[in-house]
Amino acid sequence: MSMLASYLTLAAVLFCIGLYGVLTKRNAVVVLLCIELMLGAVNLNLIAFAKYGVVPSLTGQIFSLFAITVAAAEAAVGIAVLIVLYRSRATVNVDDYDRLGR
Amino acid sequence: MFPFNLNPTGEFFAFFALAVCAITGAVMALSLAKVVHTALSLAFTFVSLAGLFILLGAEFVAFVQVLIYVGAVTILMIFGIMMTKHRDEERERGRPLLETLAAVFCLCLFGILFFAIRSAGFPVPETALPADNTTEIGTLLFTKYAVPFELVSVLLTAAFIGAVALAKREEEPA
Repeated sequence: MSMLASYLTLAAVLFCIGLYGVLTKRNAVVVLLCIELMLGAVNLNLIAFAKYGVVPSLTGQIFSLFAITVAAAEAAVGIAVLIVLYRSRATVNVDDYDRLGR
Repeated sequence: MFPFNLNPTGEFFAFFALAVCAITGAVMALSLAKVVHTALSLAFTFVSLAGLFILLGAEFVAFVQVLIYVGAVTILMIFGIMMTKHRDEERERGRPLLETLAAVFCLCLFGILFFAIRSAGFPVPETALPADNTTEIGTLLFTKYAVPFELVSVLLTAAFIGAVALAKREEEPA
């Protein structure tokens, strides 16, 4: 099925771009955004398999709904931790975040 | 040359346009200097992903994607950018060794994934998805997946209360 392979390749490209951003970017907000990009690529895989898999069903779409929910919770907690860290360090550079205390 | 045997259908052209939009948004996000531009570029990628979801027959997930990712997560990130210092992007000095290593690692990972996708045989599905998937998803969420659904709502409540408790200013900064 060529369309499924195309979707999976696109998801792999997006995942690798997000991984590169996570590994190289130094602004913590950009790192969080790149993690969201990786999660979006995984959701694309789930929904592509929900349509083009061996047994098409809605389970993949429901899984991706749960993944989106957990990603939203992760973003909220991540931004909260980032703001607390920014208050005590006055920087958003992830290289300076070597401990969580003061 | 192109490794997949393609049939030029309308779905493929829509997929190609949306895929180009998504990859362009992601690459622009990595190459732009200002952090706000990065967030907006990734919002563009998320909108393109929602278009791909519609193309895959998942309209409800596409709307949820627009609502949550574009409407909530990106705006939350922009709030995070505004509340922190974001004007020092010129200080970004290159780290060529780490960037090269990361690029090689990501390219190797992509190569492995691409090889696996190409060598895998995908059987043609024999059934199709139900047409009105929003109704079906609602029925499934309140019958078969009722317990995970409630657990996820508990998780969301706990996460947001935790986020508020974390970000609440306890003492005046010195």
